Amino acid sequence: MTGEVTTLGNGLYLLGIRLGLLGRGLMEFLRELKDHPSAMMGGIIVLAYVLIAFLAPYLAPHDPEIGNPHLSLTPPAWTAKGNPAYLLGADFQGRDLLSRIIFGSRISLVVGVLSVLLSVVIGTTMGCIAGYYRGWVDSFLSRVADLLLAWPFLIFAIAMMAFLGPGILNLIAALAFKCWVEFFRLSRGEVLVEKTKEYVEAAKAVGQPNLIIIASEIFPNIFHSTMVLATLRMGYMIIMEASLSFLGLGVPPHIPAWGAMVSDGRDFMFVAWWISTLPGLAILILVLSINFFGEGLRDILDPRLKIE
Amino acid sequence: MKAVKVLERVLMTIPVMLGVVIMVFMFMRLIPGDPVDIMMGDMVGISEVEMESMRRDLNLDKPVLVQLWLFLTDILRGDLGDSYVKKLPVSTLIFEHVPATVELALGALLSGLALAVPIGIISAVKQHSLIDRVGMAGAFLGISMPAFWLGLVLMLVFSVRLGVLPVQGRIDQTIELTKVTGFYVLDSILTGNGAALVSALRHLILPSITLGATLAAIVARVLRSSLVEILRADYITLARAKGQIEFLVVMKHALRNALIPSVTVIGLQVGSLLGGNMIVEKIFSWPGLGRLVVSAIFNRDFPLVQASVMTYALIFVMANLIVDILYTYLNPKITL
Repeated sequence: MTGEVTTLGNGLYLLGIRLGLLGRGLMEFLRELKDHPSAMMGGIIVLAYVLIAFLAPYLAPHDPEIGNPHLSLTPPAWTAKGNPAYLLGADFQGRDLLSRIIFGSRISLVVGVLSVLLSVVIGTTMGCIAGYYRGWVDSFLSRVADLLLAWPFLIFAIAMMAFLGPGILNLIAALAFKCWVEFFRLSRGEVLVEKTKEYVEAAKAVGQPNLIIIASEIFPNIFHSTMVLATLRMGYMIIMEASLSFLGLGVPPHIPAWGAMVSDGRDFMFVAWWISTLPGLAILILVLSINFFGEGLRDILDPRLKIE
Repeated sequence: MKAVKVLERVLMTIPVMLGVVIMVFMFMRLIPGDPVDIMMGDMVGISEVEMESMRRDLNLDKPVLVQLWLFLTDILRGDLGDSYVKKLPVSTLIFEHVPATVELALGALLSGLALAVPIGIISAVKQHSLIDRVGMAGAFLGISMPAFWLGLVLMLVFSVRLGVLPVQGRIDQTIELTKVTGFYVLDSILTGNGAALVSALRHLILPSITLGATLAAIVARVLRSSLVEILRADYITLARAKGQIEFLVVMKHALRNALIPSVTVIGLQVGSLLGGNMIVEKIFSWPGLGRLVVSAIFNRDFPLVQASVMTYALIFVMANLIVDILYTYLNPKITL
């Protein structure tokens, strides 16, 4: 009885220390971020996109899905024939482009974040297990990973979407189905190194169960590199989502998604340049900001990953 | 000795392709529901008898292992089935479309390298100069840009506004070209058709740049960083000390070693070139495999989808094989 109470007390004490360290680490990280202006700028822009996505219904001046046929192909407000109520103009169906871009941020961010998150959870869990236990589990998972890596990403995702059909969950599944491999490889390699260190030996010596060692001893040490890879992959996932939407293999057509909007405007390139170019610009700025932030994060947290 | 190694490496592609074929087969069987129901789901006026005969045609009435065996033997005989929509053998359709896709991928590779190699070299030699900064900023932009957007912007500027390059297709409709290989540039050279050559090249420019931009950005970054490192090596200092002119130091001594990581990256990017093909083919109405497979997906033309995916895998495996072999010639220390 006393033993259990002590364990619980110890656990809470350790948790307190962890949280304290996390808070201190965060403050330190924010201080270091000041030395990386491009990363900070990127972070601020990404934050702005997240806010816009959250507040979309309050920010969008018009309904993104209902158009006014009289306003079909209205040019942006700053041009000669522009309408001040439609800042970025309207598409063929007379739907406000700005409102559609604002709502489109939701799909890109949700799919980008969730597909990477799912990949991190699956890949890191598998990678830790494979790296820690080795044996047939490791051989099997590594062969599966090799097989998946041998396939071009987009072709893979297109084939998956072809079989699954359009939809946001299918989109996340199709993107994560291959992306987890990268987190698997990263965490497996890191665990192989960490496993040989003294602190793991010590934890084993005091009789901690293997799963606890993985979760509470090893994982905190591979967390940084996982975070860095996750950020750098997020931009890529957003481009992949937009590419699938562009091909018509993303979310159902009535939901505003940037890739699909670029595709819609393709037929009107000669008369209405804004329909395709502006949503594309929204993707470019978001991905650019994420990548700037990711590169800064890498320089601060895990300089080993740098190619230079 | 080398020939034996190359042969070994070639033979190793067989199990990989077998794995791909089995995966494509499994894909069809793992999706929930009956494939025929799914294929015919939205079509009206299909009777139960017709569905039954289709199941028999697809061997769906037999045990799974027998199905796999029949599937494999059919492929070996070159029988990939018939397209449901176009009512033609799938292999004929694929052969018609592959040259366009490969021609575009090669164009992208060449234009990407033509852009990346000079930028990478100048950026490394003139590190921290204005050219370096602009070049690397451009490369960063390149990896953050969706290819379809770049394609549309290029089209908007060069085709719509300036009107200097064609909007879509592989060649002007008015030009007659005798088809020999299906590669238009090659065919026009073979038949000595100057007008066709000019037209085919003009049609290739924008799609190639669009597809090659990401590759160019990645290669430029990798080349710069490896060259920067190598230029600090002792043997480079020695070459300079011997009085070798700087141009030759860079081009002859440093570049050869600096190219090795770039070749690896190019090999890894071949997959993206093929995947990006589908996007670029849609933008520029390029009649290749990518457009074929996307339309097959929308038509639920499963034999065509299966065969196209396998063709992509085959091209991908072949391209990787070529990169691996090239690699050993560039760096004799590496064995296959």
